[in-house]
Amino acid sequence: MLGTGGGGDPRIGLLQALQAIEESGPTELVDLDDLPDDALIMPCGMIGAPTVHIEKIENGSEGAVLRAELERQTGRKVAALMPAEIGGSNGLLPVSWAGRIGLPVVDADGMGRAFPEVPQVTMHLAGISPSPGVMTDERGNVLVFRAISGAWMERLERCAAVEFGGAGAATEYPMTVRQARGATVRGSYTLAIRIGDALAAAAGDPVAAVVAETGAFPLVGGKVTDVERRTTKGFVRGSVVIEGLGDDAGRLIRLEIQNENLVALEQGAVLASVPDLISVLDTETADAIPTERVRYGQRVTVIAMACDPVWRTAAGLGMAGPRAFGYDFDYVPVEELAGARA
Amino acid sequence: MPALDHRLGIDVGGTNTDAVILDRSDRVLAKAKVPTTQDVTGGIVAALDAVIRAPGADPARITHAMLGTTHATNAVLERRRLQRVAVIRIGAPATLGIRPMFEWPADLTAAVSAGAAIVAGGIEFDGRDLAPFDGEAVARFLATVAGRAEAVAITSVFAPVSPRHELEAAEIVKRELGEVSVSLSHEIGSVGLLERENATILNAALGAVAGDVARALGEALAAHALSPVTFFAQNDGTLMALDHALRYPVLTIGSGPANSIRGAAFLTGRSDALVADVGGTSTDVGVLVNGFPRESSQGVEIGGIRTNFRMPDLVTIALGGGTVLSGDGDQVRLGPRSVGYRLRQEALVFGGSTPTLTDSAVAAGRAALGDRSRARAAARLLAAAARRADAELADAIDRVKTARGDMALIAVGGGSILIPDQLPGVSEVIRPDHFDAANAIGAAIASVSGQVDRIFHFGPGGRQAALDEARDEARDHAVAAGADPATVAIVEIEEIPLAYLTSPAVRIKAKAAGALGGLCGPAADPPPGRGHESMEIGIRGET
Repeated sequence: MLGTGGGGDPRIGLLQALQAIEESGPTELVDLDDLPDDALIMPCGMIGAPTVHIEKIENGSEGAVLRAELERQTGRKVAALMPAEIGGSNGLLPVSWAGRIGLPVVDADGMGRAFPEVPQVTMHLAGISPSPGVMTDERGNVLVFRAISGAWMERLERCAAVEFGGAGAATEYPMTVRQARGATVRGSYTLAIRIGDALAAAAGDPVAAVVAETGAFPLVGGKVTDVERRTTKGFVRGSVVIEGLGDDAGRLIRLEIQNENLVALEQGAVLASVPDLISVLDTETADAIPTERVRYGQRVTVIAMACDPVWRTAAGLGMAGPRAFGYDFDYVPVEELAGARA
Repeated sequence: MPALDHRLGIDVGGTNTDAVILDRSDRVLAKAKVPTTQDVTGGIVAALDAVIRAPGADPARITHAMLGTTHATNAVLERRRLQRVAVIRIGAPATLGIRPMFEWPADLTAAVSAGAAIVAGGIEFDGRDLAPFDGEAVARFLATVAGRAEAVAITSVFAPVSPRHELEAAEIVKRELGEVSVSLSHEIGSVGLLERENATILNAALGAVAGDVARALGEALAAHALSPVTFFAQNDGTLMALDHALRYPVLTIGSGPANSIRGAAFLTGRSDALVADVGGTSTDVGVLVNGFPRESSQGVEIGGIRTNFRMPDLVTIALGGGTVLSGDGDQVRLGPRSVGYRLRQEALVFGGSTPTLTDSAVAAGRAALGDRSRARAAARLLAAAARRADAELADAIDRVKTARGDMALIAVGGGSILIPDQLPGVSEVIRPDHFDAANAIGAAIASVSGQVDRIFHFGPGGRQAALDEARDEARDHAVAAGADPATVAIVEIEEIPLAYLTSPAVRIKAKAAGALGGLCGPAADPPPGRGHESMEIGIRGET
């Protein structure tokens, strides 16, 4: 749900987390406030093609290799791992990696959702250097990156991922706990767990349970009546039309997608847009439907959640606002848009 | 192979087992419907007995027999007759993070696994070695399972790019264990390691079941002094020769709905339509595209196991002719219980005391069955049930469509009298003759296919060479499955670019289909009429 239609298949991350917990015991979840100020936080995850990721599954020791090299490069001890992004499979891989080396994961991430590129993280907005970055593969090859910017880190790591066989494990933006407290989205795992608990406990209407738990704004309940999708330069772009049913009968909502769900429109008016989170849920089960699996006839409810406030700053919108994705309109927070409609 | 004369088709459904005999012009000479039995085989034998005794049958002229059965599905669901499988994954040092069968239910693992190993090797998406293949590790593992393993399942990382490590491992199995049956993942599934591995292990486990069915059918035929060439229906709506079915039993899972959709195409001469197959307990709504069932684009779960091999794309709802109605007035509840094959004893219109959806259909004037006056007392309930059932059916139809716009709906199956003449989103409801035996007729249609679904890299010949290679492979597979080479043509080809990859690689799915070998032999005339038309549909697209 926090992957907003992208982020890769969480199942691969989930199964690895479950096996790691079975073999090494539970992974501890800690708050940044409970760690020493100068301890090192290692943001991490996979970078590369989802198609490769569902075939060439991880070894499991990638986290240990990244940690050893990062400690060598910085001369400091890593206190905890952190997902670079909470959405998709990358939200779960650090749980398995941390568990296998006896470290905790922190209850935070670098996005509060999923985005496609390395520098689209809150650490970047906080002015933290992406270097040193480290990449490894299942064979134990190790690369250290001292990139001059997040954009260069993205370019260099993307190249290395191809050579590694289409995907690689990576860490960038190493930081102290003190820095991390002001440079991350706090409580990401807690939010994910709360959503899961609400779904597990939901009687009758799981979508309503998610909305109640998260304070999300339901944009429309209806059925998918049109899907247009094309792959250009490795990105999936397109749009989805949802025709309202029940209370929403007569409404037509269009979603613009580019790997993730970017914008929801109704008769030309914006209902929600990046960087706020837009998720397409199965109306019956509340399962989040990835963009590549949306198809005609599905009964869906589209919900939008407020993003972390840091994305609403000028720098945040410059990195991940509607204009950063090529749209010619200014961002308005989802709660204001909803208030204006009410 | 004998020249084709009469064909026997048998299809096992959840409630009934159907059998038909078709002549060379694809006319239905005889048909029979018997209850499906717990062991499935008993129902098949009974259906065979009934159809060859039916008026119009000329058993001595049966040259071909086609069977669509649920044996494989049931074996997985009930954990019966499954073989012990030695599971080999080639991919270390990658993939150790999720071991084989990690998410399987414990009882199924216990029934199937003779042990599992992940050995070094595997392929990268661009065709390089992920790691050198460790054949010695394979041999060492086999030594630990020798005597216990009845079959071997081999899955290499990116086998859909190159099967070379799987083939090397298969050679080692042959050397170490002799003639044990080996399932290779590149022959079973597509990209997605865990799902393909699951399907490959299931395929290996089902070897004995496939042998049992083949033997039981052979014996039943022999008891009537018949010895036709035998084929199995597979889940894309085509046939495979017996030896092929014994190697790929997992491909028979889901053949029932595929048979119904092919049968619907054949009976109506349509190549593109919606198909609703209404049985005693449930209704499958599928889509006929270019003469074949549309395949599901998502993984399919079998007995709690995620797999990714091709299956017909269906929306199934729990409504059938035997669905029991409860509640009163407008507060009606449909099912979940069904009277099943006891419909003719229990339904109101047949003098029973259980209101069913068949009673609703009769009360609504959709069918003349039994005694309509017996339905009068429950008129409100039956009318409310019909409205509910119609709404659920309309909903299922809408869900299975991939585009806006009305489409024709072909209504087949014994319970298809439930379907009203008008439904939202449906341009016309077509009710062919022999609608109640569409599944068995679908099994008996002589079309054999071969398929390719893997990643191709552009060599010197570029994209065109890759497409040609895919076409040739699909054709070869169809011929290997029993198709007459002279009639094989490509019926479907699809290119899927790989997201986030810059290298010139593409996933290509290609399917070829042709007439059953022997159909066009010198002794057989070209099939006239509908059958001919149906073959044309089958090979439309690209030649």
